[in-house]
Amino acid sequence: MSTSIHLSPGQVAASLALVVLAAAISFWQRADLERDIGIATVRSFIQLTAIGYAIKLIFEADTLWLVFGLLAVMVLFGALTARARAKKVPGAFWPLLIALAVAGVTTLGLVVALGVFEPTARYLVPVGGMVIGNAMTASAVALNRLGDEMAESRGKIEATLALGATAQEAAAPTVRRALRSGMIALIDSTKTTGVIFFPGTMVGMLLAGANPTDAVRLQLILLYALLGSVAIAGLVATGLAYRNFFTPAQQLREPGA
Amino acid sequence: MLFELSEVSLARGNRRVLDSVSAEVPAGATAIVGPSGAGKSTLLRLFNRLADPDAGTISYRDRLLTEYDPLVLRREVSLVPQLPALLEGTVESNLRYAADLADKQLDSARCLGLAGLDPDFAGRDVAKLSVGEQQRAMLARALAQQPKVLLLDEPTSALDHAARDAIEATLAELRRELEISIVLVSHDPEQARRLSDWVVRLEEGRAIEAAPVEEVL
Ligand SMILES: Nc1ncnc2c1ncn2[C@@H]1O[C@H](COP(=O)(O)OP(=O)(O)OP(=O)(O)O)[C@@H](O)[C@H]1O
Ligand SMILES: [Mg+2]
Repeated sequence: MSTSIHLSPGQVAASLALVVLAAAISFWQRADLERDIGIATVRSFIQLTAIGYAIKLIFEADTLWLVFGLLAVMVLFGALTARARAKKVPGAFWPLLIALAVAGVTTLGLVVALGVFEPTARYLVPVGGMVIGNAMTASAVALNRLGDEMAESRGKIEATLALGATAQEAAAPTVRRALRSGMIALIDSTKTTGVIFFPGTMVGMLLAGANPTDAVRLQLILLYALLGSVAIAGLVATGLAYRNFFTPAQQLREPGA
Repeated sequence: MLFELSEVSLARGNRRVLDSVSAEVPAGATAIVGPSGAGKSTLLRLFNRLADPDAGTISYRDRLLTEYDPLVLRREVSLVPQLPALLEGTVESNLRYAADLADKQLDSARCLGLAGLDPDFAGRDVAKLSVGEQQRAMLARALAQQPKVLLLDEPTSALDHAARDAIEATLAELRRELEISIVLVSHDPEQARRLSDWVVRLEEGRAIEAAPVEEVL
């Protein structure tokens, strides 16, 4: 990266005009999202500002322990956030926490082991953040779908259990659909990337004045890493979470019990 | 004794769905009768451990149900639920799934015939069956496992007289030739009389009678 850009707080403030527009549309169309838009705006401001300072500290200290600490916090908050989207899945927190941790460790471990990135804070923090963030979205979508589908397919699942199928066999079609829906958004956006969708990293690098070839290569690496992490997270989250719908005697639990 | 219930209670929410039910269900054919909401389906589901009671015990052939491996039990004591719920695919693929689980050879024409369906139903997509056809496909699927006990929850509720008579003939034949025991939930006393030799009557979650059919109906 040859040049870097400087943005003033005033420029950020000016972009709030678009938030006002979003809130106005929501109000006009009675989408009832004004409150959420407000919360999202304030939270993004506070969180990004805080993380900006934290990253600055971590880059300056340049010890891996701090990096791992930060990534662990991301995994924890990711799991808590995703749990809120998976309310119909009993005990969703542990499957999500494990899913995000496994996805993060495997993906980062692989890109470092393959020599794609050096194991330094400058790479691990932003890449880890993207990996865990996408893993969170995918596993939240997957478990949200799992909760809905398990409720919808109770009759079918129980009829399959009645044939002497295991919980795993009876839930397999449902788990498969949940996993698909968790992964499909990223796969679709990867397919169209560069045509109708410019990924954030590439945009950021181009804005910061990087060579387009470098920007493209980095973006490809990230897209492929994200595909991997999303698949791992979805698989682990659904593979662990579906069990909570069943008793050890291969019975479907009563909802809310 | 095929099944023996002792003080079986089960609550759902704050409702007592089964209230201290004690009854015997001998081998042969038993009808569970009673008004809608009495707890008939709930009781039937206990027999192959799709659910467990909150209190009380149930035994099957003189051993507690909980002593059996539930997967093995369910292949031997096959339940056909009140609402049809086939797996996506063809009728044949459903029968095959069931037969494979029970480790049995599949003769789909025979299973379909016993359930009153034409052999060319095998290739039909289950999404395109009428409710009555689904109900019979569910019975055929259960038969593909060659169970020793059939638990049938209102198996003819969506059928016309001709189809109902065919199912009833099949059930009589299964009893006679394969010595399959049948526990049948029915809201129709006539059907209970035609098919069963023992009756358990439920009302508001209580077993108010369990006796030979001629004494009850
Ligand atoms: N999960 C549940 N939560 C709350 N109530 C339930 C639940 N399952 C069953 N019940 C109630 O338990 C009672 C018995 O239900 P069940 O399905 O056993 O009745 P049934 O005798 O089979 O009736 P029907 O002839 O209409 O099929 C009903 O009043 C039903 O509302
Ligand atoms: Mg019922």
